[in-house]
Amino acid sequence: RMSTRALGKALVIAETLEGKLVPATLAAITAAAKVGPVTAFASGKDAAAAAEQLSKVAGVQQVLVASGAAVSSGLPEELAPVVKSVVETNGITHVFAATSAFSKNVIPRVAAKFDAMPICDITAVQGEDTFVRHAYAGNVVATVKSADAVKFATVRGTSFERAAATGGSAPIAAVAEGGAASGKSKWLEDLIAKSDKPDLATAATVVAGGRGLKSGENFKLLEALAAPLKAAVGATRAVVDAGYCPNDMQVGQTGKTIAPTLYIGAGISGAIQHIAGMKESKVIAVINTDADAPFFQVADYGLVGDLFEAVPALTKLVKG
Amino acid sequence: MSLMYRPTAAQQMKVVVGVKRVVDYSVKIRVKDNKVQTDNVKMSVNPFCEIALEEAVRLKEKKIATEVIAVTVGVKKADDVLRTAMALGCDKAIHIVVPDAEAATLEPLAVAKVLAKLHEELKPDLWILGKQAVDGDFGSTPQLLAGLIDAPQGTFASEIAVADGKVKVTREIDAGRQVVELNLPAVVAADLRLNQPRFPNLQSIMKARKKPVDTRPIDKLGVDTKPHLATVKVEEPAARKAGIKVKTVEELFDKLRNEAKVL
Repeated sequence: RMSTRALGKALVIAETLEGKLVPATLAAITAAAKVGPVTAFASGKDAAAAAEQLSKVAGVQQVLVASGAAVSSGLPEELAPVVKSVVETNGITHVFAATSAFSKNVIPRVAAKFDAMPICDITAVQGEDTFVRHAYAGNVVATVKSADAVKFATVRGTSFERAAATGGSAPIAAVAEGGAASGKSKWLEDLIAKSDKPDLATAATVVAGGRGLKSGENFKLLEALAAPLKAAVGATRAVVDAGYCPNDMQVGQTGKTIAPTLYIGAGISGAIQHIAGMKESKVIAVINTDADAPFFQVADYGLVGDLFEAVPALTKLVKG
Repeated sequence: MSLMYRPTAAQQMKVVVGVKRVVDYSVKIRVKDNKVQTDNVKMSVNPFCEIALEEAVRLKEKKIATEVIAVTVGVKKADDVLRTAMALGCDKAIHIVVPDAEAATLEPLAVAKVLAKLHEELKPDLWILGKQAVDGDFGSTPQLLAGLIDAPQGTFASEIAVADGKVKVTREIDAGRQVVELNLPAVVAADLRLNQPRFPNLQSIMKARKKPVDTRPIDKLGVDTKPHLATVKVEEPAARKAGIKVKTVEELFDKLRNEAKVL
């Protein structure tokens, strides 16, 4: 005899970048749809634009919007009570969001309010209570079953197909917001470097550099290769720590997880922690002077050579 | 004439640091027979907890923090992370002892509940935790704690500045950085670039051995620490197909364009 409640009811907390839905949110919608009908939640200063886009996404049944001043900067202290109220009012059983600095900030705080253990960075959904995630810098793949009444998970954007951006026609409704901000926290400023370059998290090709580059100045070589390839440029933790690159370029266990079609790594030895962030790349090419560099173990194509010669030479060949 | 109360320059500010003993980050962990192989592997202080400790000690050196307490929730052997904490300059250490059998399934939510209970007792102004433990990689404990005690949170902190009962936190976010200001008490999660931790010197390590540690069994706290997640299966990730070495840049270009067809 089938259970009367075969399906859950999922909420996906959406995220935007410069007014546009991030592709990873579309992947989170696909993951969420596996447990039941999907309600999308838009908040922040681009809430209205996000809601419009969400209402057209295939698989979204309903769009809820919180556009008040208190949540406009994405402060988790203000957002958590609003999400809690949305969950309770709408009988939500699962709360998902694409893994990001934003969702990692918000999801666990809301989970605490429901006495739930958040399941972070899931790569597969095997049932309404069973999920797959990675631990130990990606060296352990764990399948876990949650006993929580309301389940919370962040979703790895590169692990699920993106839901189609058109084909849906969900109604949009405003949610009741608490009123004035609690005042416990205040947003002061965002320091974002404006860039017309492709987004590291979603670029089809990524060119990454490590300590072998020897200086921030030398990253110009990688940018010259990236340009004709329309690639994004990434970095290891070491060069970000050394100040060669800003933190938003870091790829790795504690930085961004990427899975481009082509990843080219130059001057990177291949620490476990860096590999954790890019090993799902479809094709991996490695350039390093050290034939014993661990990175060659995950490379599809390895070139033992000096990147200061190889990268410009490759750039020339690419440009034809 | 009104009498104005001026607080003394040396206000009491209590900082508590959460510290975790984990498998050393350099160990390539193996999985065998549905079990993560952690017997006899090298154990260390979680790198992000080292950064949290360093930040707390610096606050003390700047005479902003007047008391720094290190807390660990772990097996009996985890007291070595507290010895390190005290060698670095923590005033006190609390060890919430977990039986070995329970430790493997102790979740971030349970740890957060333990810390929340300690919050009631210690009433610190600031919690500094590492953003992520390199074993579980959940990166959730600071946010869970903040949610349980309803305190503001500064995650992925790359810089903090305490002044006038508030802490300004510069956070690393996906597109760059963000600055927020939090009322105290607050929870800060230390990220990689918050500071460069120092090594404790031999003399402090020796002295720390003699300092008392407040040791309490976890089941005496009155906190529900049972796990909410059951591990159905653990396995190693699928290995990538072995690659090849190319001899020249021309060969690399040819393979990428004509064989892999990605260029």
